[in-house]
Amino acid sequence: MIPQAFDYSAPQSLEEALGLLASGDRKILAGGMSLIPMMKLRLAAPAEVVDLGRIAGLDGITEAGGFVHIGAMATHHTVETSPAVRASCPLLAETASHIGDVQVRNMGTLGGSIAHADPAADYPAALLALEAEIRVVSAHSDRTVNAADFFLDAFTTALEPGEIVLEVRLPVEQSSEGYGYEKVAHPASGFAVVGVAVRITREHGRIIMARIGVTGMGPHAFRARAAERLLEEGAAPERAAAVVGEGEEANSDLYASADYRRHLARIHARRALAVALSRAS
Amino acid sequence: MATTISKPETLFGKRIRRQEDPRLITGTAVYLDDIKMPGMHHACIVRSPHAAAKIRAIDTAAAAGRPGVVAVFTAKDTGHLGAVPCAASLPGLRVPRHDLLARDRVYYVGHPVAVVVATDRYLARDAAEMVEVDYEPLPAVADPEKALAEGAPAVHPEWPGNVAFTFHQEGGNIEQAFSEAEVVVKQRITSQRLIPTALETRGVVADWRPGENSVTLFSSTQIPHLMRTLVAGILGMPENRLRVVTPEVGGGFGSKLNVYAEEALMAFISMRIQKPVKWVESRRENFTCTIHGRGHVDYFELAARRDGVMLGLKLKLIQDLGAYHQLLTPAIPTLSVLMMPGLYKFQNVSADIVGVFTNCVPTDAYRGAGRPEATHGIERMVDILAAELAMDPVEIRLKNFVGNDEFPYTTPTGLSYDSGNYAAPLRKALEQVDYPALRREQAQAREEGRLMGIGVSTYGEICAIGPSPSMPAGGWESATVKIEPTGKVTVLTGASPHGQGEETTFAQVVADELGVPMDDVLVVHGDTSVVQYGIGTFGSRGTAVGGAALFYALQDLKAKVKKFGAMLLDAPAVILSGGSCVDERTGKSVSFAEVAAAAYHAKRLPPATEPGLVSTHFWEPPNFTFPFGAHVVVSEVDRETGDIRIRRYVAVDDCGKIINPLLVDGQVHGGVAQGLGQALWEQAVYDENGQLITGELTDYALPKAHLMPWIESSHTETPSPVNPLGVKGVGEAGTIGCSPAVVNSVVDALSPLGVRHLDMPLTPEKIWKAIQGGQA
Repeated sequence: MIPQAFDYSAPQSLEEALGLLASGDRKILAGGMSLIPMMKLRLAAPAEVVDLGRIAGLDGITEAGGFVHIGAMATHHTVETSPAVRASCPLLAETASHIGDVQVRNMGTLGGSIAHADPAADYPAALLALEAEIRVVSAHSDRTVNAADFFLDAFTTALEPGEIVLEVRLPVEQSSEGYGYEKVAHPASGFAVVGVAVRITREHGRIIMARIGVTGMGPHAFRARAAERLLEEGAAPERAAAVVGEGEEANSDLYASADYRRHLARIHARRALAVALSRAS
Repeated sequence: MATTISKPETLFGKRIRRQEDPRLITGTAVYLDDIKMPGMHHACIVRSPHAAAKIRAIDTAAAAGRPGVVAVFTAKDTGHLGAVPCAASLPGLRVPRHDLLARDRVYYVGHPVAVVVATDRYLARDAAEMVEVDYEPLPAVADPEKALAEGAPAVHPEWPGNVAFTFHQEGGNIEQAFSEAEVVVKQRITSQRLIPTALETRGVVADWRPGENSVTLFSSTQIPHLMRTLVAGILGMPENRLRVVTPEVGGGFGSKLNVYAEEALMAFISMRIQKPVKWVESRRENFTCTIHGRGHVDYFELAARRDGVMLGLKLKLIQDLGAYHQLLTPAIPTLSVLMMPGLYKFQNVSADIVGVFTNCVPTDAYRGAGRPEATHGIERMVDILAAELAMDPVEIRLKNFVGNDEFPYTTPTGLSYDSGNYAAPLRKALEQVDYPALRREQAQAREEGRLMGIGVSTYGEICAIGPSPSMPAGGWESATVKIEPTGKVTVLTGASPHGQGEETTFAQVVADELGVPMDDVLVVHGDTSVVQYGIGTFGSRGTAVGGAALFYALQDLKAKVKKFGAMLLDAPAVILSGGSCVDERTGKSVSFAEVAAAAYHAKRLPPATEPGLVSTHFWEPPNFTFPFGAHVVVSEVDRETGDIRIRRYVAVDDCGKIINPLLVDGQVHGGVAQGLGQALWEQAVYDENGQLITGELTDYALPKAHLMPWIESSHTETPSPVNPLGVKGVGEAGTIGCSPAVVNSVVDALSPLGVRHLDMPLTPEKIWKAIQGGQA
């Protein structure tokens, strides 16, 4: 459990950090909850680690223009307990509360987690259901990527070399919205064997908007669009949940086969929908 | 003049907080990796990535040339040393020579091949990657049943077929039992390989002191004295030139009841480089290179009458040994055979063990060591029989228990159960859960389509291990009690407690016997230069054997104290009371400290009495002790997902007399946690090539606090006649009682779907598939 030798830098400004990341075999250290274990196991051996922890202002949470802006360095604990997040996008706060354990939530960050893109991480399900926008910057660019276009494959995102996640923007949820996150946690790792995040709006007893994000089931998190459409067309939640994961690749491992994962995604989609419906006004 | 002497309140039986805990909780305890010495070097071990391979060549030049590297050792350097010892012996046992470093072949992933020594552990680790080993990979076999199949790769080429030993034991007349049987139930039952996973991994610091011509070996071990003898033997050095010290030990569970290559290697290296050297095991090494537990495939056949009376039990036990024998590897399954009748009075048994080599790390003692497997087997079989006969699982147990008037009871496997009241804990547990009401609730749940289960297991176990004839290196224990000149009391125990709490329970015993405050008592252990020879802590023996030795040492000492007291009081005889010697005729007394001072100052001596107040006692137990108990688990299974929820966990354990109920509860909680681990989550899985695929804590699911049910722990107390304290031992009880109670509960929940048996761990997908199969 001893990493290879590496250099360490702790830039004091974003510009300095982006300058460093523009070249060389450098890896960003945010909360270190994934990078450090990988380095200890020598699965990762960057020449240099660039610690973002000394840069002020990367972890703020603000609400403006109908969006909640969450700085990439906000810890899971901050996201979980932020009054702004709880009030304006409670689905994300609830999802954050399921990540790892208290120690992990105190150290791990939103930006670090999504940039790492573990296929069993919790956040992606919620970010997809929330139609989040992810602002990424480099020394030469500043662009925004929709969550649906961000998670490309296991441990693979739309981030280009030199880019870092700067903030996540989430549309403020309407008070009429209902939400729910249902997760099957792996008993060893705590990661999601399957996690389903749901957001719905109901009007006159009818679902007029449904968003379903699924993590853990496949190589990357995905939107269950067919199920969303069925719900918006008035189908019963049971019927819609039954098509979640159709056409999507499913992972298989010692703990859960592909068939079982797909089954769990459907069961937990139905359960998350039931929770969301109970919360929708 | 009449003198009233009030009997002081005894501490025996009191819930007293552990003396050990403040230093553990505040982080001031010293563990192996806390040891730092001037000039200390660090070792990193190069290990095989293959489960089976020939070593064509090892090139250490690149590693040896790295900065900070002082030496690289291979089998060429250590080949003259002795082998890793196996203390167990069985007729016809094949014992492969277990070299400290692999010579020309590796036998499991993690097999040590070379050791790199550098000035710091980072440099050692980096250099280890530069050691080039040219392997020729060979076919491996990791599954014991596949290893027995025709044409399987031979783990050890000299023994094709992979059988290390066969062992047969029988009692009574098994053929007659089966011919008279009205019903026979059969089941294949596995007890999967488990990884003990002590919180603190293993570690060794060796410190060669040339001026003293001696080596001090610090090791996180359960058996310092046995380690001294065995490591001295490996190194060919005089035993009294080797000192073994155990710092604080962060969990063992049997995995540190062993002598591994690393202890001898570090002592050897320290002598070669003339510097202290430290090696601390990584978690990955702990998973791949420290012993695993269990690893059984058991084929049971149980014969009975239709009224539920059991007649006989047959067992074919396939033990996955791994590639080598560690200290007790082949002996562990023989413990399963001894316990196979459980608490039941049938007198006909037959068992055949096949010990099988596989290309895996060796199995050995893990909490319970053979008894959890046996208990799981018999308790599953009793439930399967009950289901077959449509009998209540409680009724069938009560019908077959050994009766209270039958003790000492001789089992068909040759044991003599010391004392028991087997129905008592079961009845107590059932009352606690209101069993009839639970069954009514279950009937209602089933009508609603819910899967609710009630599982019962009753267990017996062999503790206080054990009488020396049954042990490879003696089964006694030792204690020295020293009353210091100021009246403070120091206890040296040969048992080497490492978390069990004897610093507290032994102090309670001393305080009661001598009448001194507990705070005046210091219990010292785990240093072969300080403590007289001892055997160690394992097999729930620390208190039941070590405590008895302490008790007898105290009796000798009390007699001497009284002689000095009588002399000082000028009385013919005195009694010990409230920390004083009292002349009952006059009521005059002399304090303990005054007596101690007189014994050491020795201005006057009682007749035929030497100065000083020290007593040492080696105690040989006449028998094992046999604790027992009943665990009841109420579960509910999610029909859609296969998730299991433990609604209630009731444990009623009878471990004989209880010195400290707080510590006993702690032992039960920890034991049950590890039992739940086996029942629900843990499994060491090797793939077909012998790679451990549950090789990290992210894959291997240990029990965690948030996964634990509330454990309702209580006791019945049936004293043991084997030792003067009446105690039996409780370290392993929770683990032994747990897994069958859980599995019986879940199988009971699924029984309406036709499910009769499930092997552990009961992962949700396994349950889901059973439900799918049952519904199909």
